[in-house]
Amino acid sequence: MELHVNGERREAAAGSTVVDLLQLLGIRGRVAVERNGVVLRQADLAETRLLEGDVLEVVTFVGGGA
Amino acid sequence: MDDALLLAGKRFTSRLLIGTGKYPSFEIMKQCHEASGAQLITVAVRRLDLKAQGEASLLNWIDTSKVTLLPNTALCYTAEDAIRTCRLARELGMSNWVKLEVLGDEKTLFPDVEQTLAAARILVKEGFVVLPYTTDDIIIARKLEDAGCAAVMPLAAPIGSGLGIRNPYTLRLLREAVKVPVIVDAGVGTASDVAIAMELGCDGVLLNTAVAGAREPVRMARAMRLGVEAGREAFLAGRIARRAYGSASSPLDGLLG
Repeated sequence: MELHVNGERREAAAGSTVVDLLQLLGIRGRVAVERNGVVLRQADLAETRLLEGDVLEVVTFVGGGA
Repeated sequence: MDDALLLAGKRFTSRLLIGTGKYPSFEIMKQCHEASGAQLITVAVRRLDLKAQGEASLLNWIDTSKVTLLPNTALCYTAEDAIRTCRLARELGMSNWVKLEVLGDEKTLFPDVEQTLAAARILVKEGFVVLPYTTDDIIIARKLEDAGCAAVMPLAAPIGSGLGIRNPYTLRLLREAVKVPVIVDAGVGTASDVAIAMELGCDGVLLNTAVAGAREPVRMARAMRLGVEAGREAFLAGRIARRAYGSASSPLDGLLG
């Protein structure tokens, strides 16, 4: 199925969870995920199944001004 | 003498807050943070670069056992975007503190106080500790305080401008107008600016560019720490009144005949 991750098109197997997707993308470390405009709780990432066309934002902390 | 800064019930012995942007390297940033003595450090929340795996993580360079992370909503232009950013920041699991910043103008980077207040009201209800960037307007500052913000953070000049304290009179009024801490956020260029802010009675200063962009950032970080301490001490000591004419400090009696 096709997903939109941080503005890029990505393929993932049907039935994938958010954690599956993060593993597929090789993402380690501390991230937070928004799915279709809703911020997901960390505890729910392993349970949340993705659907075709989902729009995901995967964010982390970066250096930033005051 | 205990002169700690109390923010949302948390005690800070440093009154300097510092950012993590625009440093020449993470190594220099870390040295600056140490030299500054800051215990509150702001960070931004951004999309992960999917192509840059295994990159050096900012958090590897911040000792989060010693400092409180303050995620910011830098460059958000609507309450909605700022709230989204705060919710994501909280899920990053380091802090429910946020530096709320909702901008209204790309050229000056002045805050949109209407959007800021709207966002603050929602975020406080959601359990965030909200530290809002705002103008030096006392009416808005009171509304932010009434909304439950843990401090108000007025600008002294545009973000990153280094123009210094352009509004000493209104900052002083603002300090009198609210009970929550007043932290000058934006505009300082050098240590004397920081000292002036503290001499006015402000409770702290948040800065980034003035250190990160200095020729010797680590040395400037130390200067800022000293500036905050000097200004705070001077404020507590109480300055003499200004007078128009001279007033000798040596005795007039016993002068040679």
